[in-house]
Amino acid sequence: MSASPASGYVRSSVSFSSGGDALIRRRLLMSLIFQWVCRLLTYASLAVLAVLLTSIVWNSLGRLSPSFLTNHYSVNPVRCGILAGIWGTFWLVLLTACFSIPVGVGSAVYLEELARDSFLVRVIKVNLSNLAGVPSIVYGILGLTAFRPLMLFLQALFDGRHAVNVMGLFRVRLLKLEIFDGNILIGAMTMSLVIMPTVIIASQEALRAVPSSIRMASLALGATRWQTIWRQVIPAALPGIATGVILSVSRAMGEAAPLMMIGVLTVASMCPGGIESPLQLITDPTRMLSVPFDQFTAMPVEIYDWSKQPDPEDRFTAVAASGIVVLLVVLLMINATAMIIRAKAARGLKW
Amino acid sequence: MPSWATQRIHRRHETFIRWTLFVCAALSVLTTAAIIIVLLSNAVYAPGAKVAFFERVSLREFLTSTHWKPRDGEGGQFGIWPLLSGTFLVAFVASLVSVPAGLGAAIYMSEYAHPREREWLKPVLEILAGIPSVVFGFFALKFITPWVLKPLFHLVGMDVSVFNSLSAGIVVGIMVTPLIASLSEDVIRSVPGSLREAAFALGSTRFDVSARVVVPAALSGILASFLLAFSRAVGETMAVAIAAGGSPLLTVNPLRGSQTMTGFMVHASTGDSAADSISRMSMYAVGITLFVITLGINLLSGWILRRFREVYQ
Repeated sequence: MSASPASGYVRSSVSFSSGGDALIRRRLLMSLIFQWVCRLLTYASLAVLAVLLTSIVWNSLGRLSPSFLTNHYSVNPVRCGILAGIWGTFWLVLLTACFSIPVGVGSAVYLEELARDSFLVRVIKVNLSNLAGVPSIVYGILGLTAFRPLMLFLQALFDGRHAVNVMGLFRVRLLKLEIFDGNILIGAMTMSLVIMPTVIIASQEALRAVPSSIRMASLALGATRWQTIWRQVIPAALPGIATGVILSVSRAMGEAAPLMMIGVLTVASMCPGGIESPLQLITDPTRMLSVPFDQFTAMPVEIYDWSKQPDPEDRFTAVAASGIVVLLVVLLMINATAMIIRAKAARGLKW
Repeated sequence: MPSWATQRIHRRHETFIRWTLFVCAALSVLTTAAIIIVLLSNAVYAPGAKVAFFERVSLREFLTSTHWKPRDGEGGQFGIWPLLSGTFLVAFVASLVSVPAGLGAAIYMSEYAHPREREWLKPVLEILAGIPSVVFGFFALKFITPWVLKPLFHLVGMDVSVFNSLSAGIVVGIMVTPLIASLSEDVIRSVPGSLREAAFALGSTRFDVSARVVVPAALSGILASFLLAFSRAVGETMAVAIAAGGSPLLTVNPLRGSQTMTGFMVHASTGDSAADSISRMSMYAVGITLFVITLGINLLSGWILRRFREVYQ
């Protein structure tokens, strides 16, 4: 019936001066005031964003320099850097993506494409929306309590004294791996649980946007269900899935609460696996093996620590602000990538 | 036509994939179960040699005592009220900030803004929503308290602590404003245009249309978004842990420091007391309280959305 229920945008045809009656005049004035209040409230949010960014950049001026990116933690704020946090966050987000993307997208595919309307499926769907509202720190408790026994088990297994029998033919001695508490693996597993609901919900939305005519055409040509999903539906939904997944994973980058709970380092003077530059990934790739089991710190955790430094002269404020600038620049680059994918996809296929 | 044998292979293949994907989906239920089991088995009843929190501290003390001094041995007091008051004080201030700002932005974007203006307003609000919590904590501690609150309250002769609930509440309010704005805007925009047109035809001003037709029609969704934002504010951690400080005081004075439930949990996890000490176990009791409160608010929000939804053709 109505042409565009999606938009309430209508240019008012009644102008302020046309009312002769005092009552009409008052009502129009009221309307105008209301409009300006709403506009003010909207732009106030933007003003706050501007003030926030300005104050952070302003505070960072004393410390932000190339050496901030390449230095380790130091009690001397002039030399303190964020290198360990950058590498920690990099590995954490990489592993989190490895865990959460297959499982998250897989769940979304099941719920949208394969699930019949059974009791169990309804339980999963209701549970999902509630899980999305659980505070991240509660996942931290879960990681702290449930994943630590797993690490103790691994610790016992990889202490260099065990060997496995391979089919009774020969014995393989398990290598000695140093497995720390609060390592990257626990962090990534916990963080995957934190972002899983958003990954699933974003992927579900992308899958839902694929018109059912595509599925029907594919099925009518004799493709099986899985062939339809794998060769038609997922490629068509891929830009949407990618955008949603990138945005969810970038959330893991700024999240500190679950990491604090599982007990990551707040002060770290070495990078995970001892890898301090991208070059070492090529020259010494075996180091990567120990990365998941190494202690680490992440950018938001370091920022928390620097902000809380009880320092009468306030010398760590600039360090914390510089850390925030680095974190925000990385986040901005990731979000820009997601937006470019979204814009490209919007220009491409149209149904 | 595929032969009988290939068809069977296909079918097996499909069943295998189906089950794999089902396991992925079921993992989320497993997560919920794991959260509940972990919280209960450490707070209420612990199997084996471990002693759960409520086996050492009575539920009565937890709910009636007004002191929170999580110490091992003598002198430990475990009354949840100071943490609850801190949490709700921050969440209340956050609501005072985010409800008008979020609703105003939602009404402006759906009813007033030109589509082109809307197109860039929305992504900017998304940016605000994407800024990490620690950043807001820093902003509260290093900007809002020293540069806004202290001079402002100095004028009326009041003193503001370095750590205070007011600054924490303000930044949490800023954080959840985009949530209210986008959720409310969605429901406001789904109010059919015919309602607006009818109201305009009857001589309504745009204020009448917004405030007396559109907002009442979308009220259930708007209230649901307020509740979701409130629950988010209750569970907000890092900003509050930085800005509100770490003193669990039973107070409603927002100019003083306080400790929230989440703030305490961060504090307890960084402490160096033994893993099964009572001060450490109290974390689980606080965790279960937090979990129950946020879940309760979220369920209430969903119920309001379903129960009072206006359905239009």
